[in-house]
Amino acid sequence: MADGNVVTAPGVPAAVAPPAKGTLHKLARRRSTLAFVMTLPLLAVIGGLVVYPFFYAIYLSMLNKRMTRFVGLDNFSFLLTRDTFWMVVWQSVIFAVSAVIAKAIIGFILAHVLHALPTKGQRKWRGMLLVPWVIPPAISTLAWWWMFDPSYSAFNWLLMTVGAPPVPWLGDPGWAKFAVILVNVWYGAPFFMIMYLAALKSVPDQLYEAAAIDGATGIQKLRYVTLPMMRNIISITVLFSLIVTFANFDIVRILTNGGPQDKTQVFATYAFQVGIQSGDIPLGASVSLFMFPLLAIFAIFVLRGVTRRSKEMGA
Amino acid sequence: MSTAATVTGAGVPAYQKVGSISRERRWAMIGAYVALAVFVVFFLVPPFYMLITSLKSSGEIASLKGSPWIVHEPTLENYRELLTEGNYTTFFLNSVIVTLCTVAITMVVSILAAFALARMRFWGSQMLATGVFLTYLVPDTLLFIPLFQIVGKLGLYNNLWSMVLVFPTLTVPFATWIMIGYFASIPKELDEAALIDGANHLQMLWKIFIPVALPGILAATIFAFTVSWGSFIYPMAYLVSSEQMVLTVGIVSDLIRGDTFQWGKIMAGALLAALPPLLVYAFLMDYYIAGLTAGATKG
Repeated sequence: MADGNVVTAPGVPAAVAPPAKGTLHKLARRRSTLAFVMTLPLLAVIGGLVVYPFFYAIYLSMLNKRMTRFVGLDNFSFLLTRDTFWMVVWQSVIFAVSAVIAKAIIGFILAHVLHALPTKGQRKWRGMLLVPWVIPPAISTLAWWWMFDPSYSAFNWLLMTVGAPPVPWLGDPGWAKFAVILVNVWYGAPFFMIMYLAALKSVPDQLYEAAAIDGATGIQKLRYVTLPMMRNIISITVLFSLIVTFANFDIVRILTNGGPQDKTQVFATYAFQVGIQSGDIPLGASVSLFMFPLLAIFAIFVLRGVTRRSKEMGA
Repeated sequence: MSTAATVTGAGVPAYQKVGSISRERRWAMIGAYVALAVFVVFFLVPPFYMLITSLKSSGEIASLKGSPWIVHEPTLENYRELLTEGNYTTFFLNSVIVTLCTVAITMVVSILAAFALARMRFWGSQMLATGVFLTYLVPDTLLFIPLFQIVGKLGLYNNLWSMVLVFPTLTVPFATWIMIGYFASIPKELDEAALIDGANHLQMLWKIFIPVALPGILAATIFAFTVSWGSFIYPMAYLVSSEQMVLTVGIVSDLIRGDTFQWGKIMAGALLAALPPLLVYAFLMDYYIAGLTAGATKG
């Protein structure tokens, strides 16, 4: 349905255009027709598998559990009365914000350190630092899970050798939250590193030379040259990472599966548990739709940053 | 040259002790390497521990004596069992099939669309380009439930091919976005020269744009490969039987039976599953990073 609408809209001018006699007209018509045909598969993918499912999700979220009756916004209001749901909201926010801050700081430090290295060694170090980001998180989290294992924890063995008491990594709510954030930072920090590194490389050397002539110290250079030049890329990366981290599923699902007592449950895992595992598709759809307003706000800011950035580059 | 001279000229009176600068720099470099070493250790511990565990026998894993960080009697038994018994090879093959199909579909769709959007302006093309980027920002966890229903209605539930259907939603938008950037950077003079020589648009795409934008195509291909190889929530939600599963879900479901965790085999399986992306990045990292950062920094 949505698919069909999207498809016809851009096609109208091409189809309606009268058969022109001039070759120029014909060329223009053929060109836009061809262009439209070339974008058809893309429109099919976006329309059929993103736009349509989105509206379908809204429809689903307004049905009762057995999907036989229209219940309006009951699912949403039901969720708002549930303590578990509010816990999920706060945990998702805390989880995303703290993980992104840590990733941004680690990425910033690493990018600076790498940038200071001679070009020859830089590639090798960068390659090693990218490993966490290269391994699919669903796979690398298995290793973390094993290292956090209650009876065979490799970390607890290390703690034991220095005389510290063992830590119930995934059994205690506080530690489980920490573990989930830690794994997320581990996975995401390299992404910030390469984005910042690219941004650092694009800052013209003359600016630093000028700052050096003015007698700027290292910190002043960072404050008045590097940060302003990188501001846009930092905000794009942070917002993008907020979206990805906020909507994360893999790490929580494998590491804690939301436990203990739903204390690490985030939107995605909660939606999965409610919608797929408990079979309440409408309620699950409403849970994941609750993510949308927040994600949309982030997305608008990312888009604004990207367009501003491309204008700067074009100017 | 002249700037360099000015710099030193102006710099000397400000800093009397030239020696201290170089000493400072040396300390900064040592600090840099220490920071790097710390983070390299932090970043490489999980894959390292994967390797260590995968080389241990189940008896050695279960014993609580000695350090878990070293292998006393390395064995390849886990790998042998993984590759000869159980469903691991099926998962691997399924992952390969799904990934190859997804990458092929993604590249065809995104190259065609990017060419049209970058070069053949038509009604709504600008809006569509923005829409493509917005679609990229839609996470898979937002739409997996409606897609679950759609996949079910199409009769593709618990079918490997449902992955080929849904993965393009994750790969096509960003691949198109990368390609639009690369195609837009190709000078217009090349098109004009081709048009004068009588090439049509498809010939132009095939003979000029694709060869010139090869680094971008490579970057988009690696992106599509990474995403479809590592995708987790869709296979988790839509695939239930072993013969249909892909690696990301297969390892967990097949090697964990109730309370028995075959950690040696899980880690061996995880390491083998991580190997294809690691190899791809080892050889093609520069192309990918160039494409990715260009997509983000240049828009």
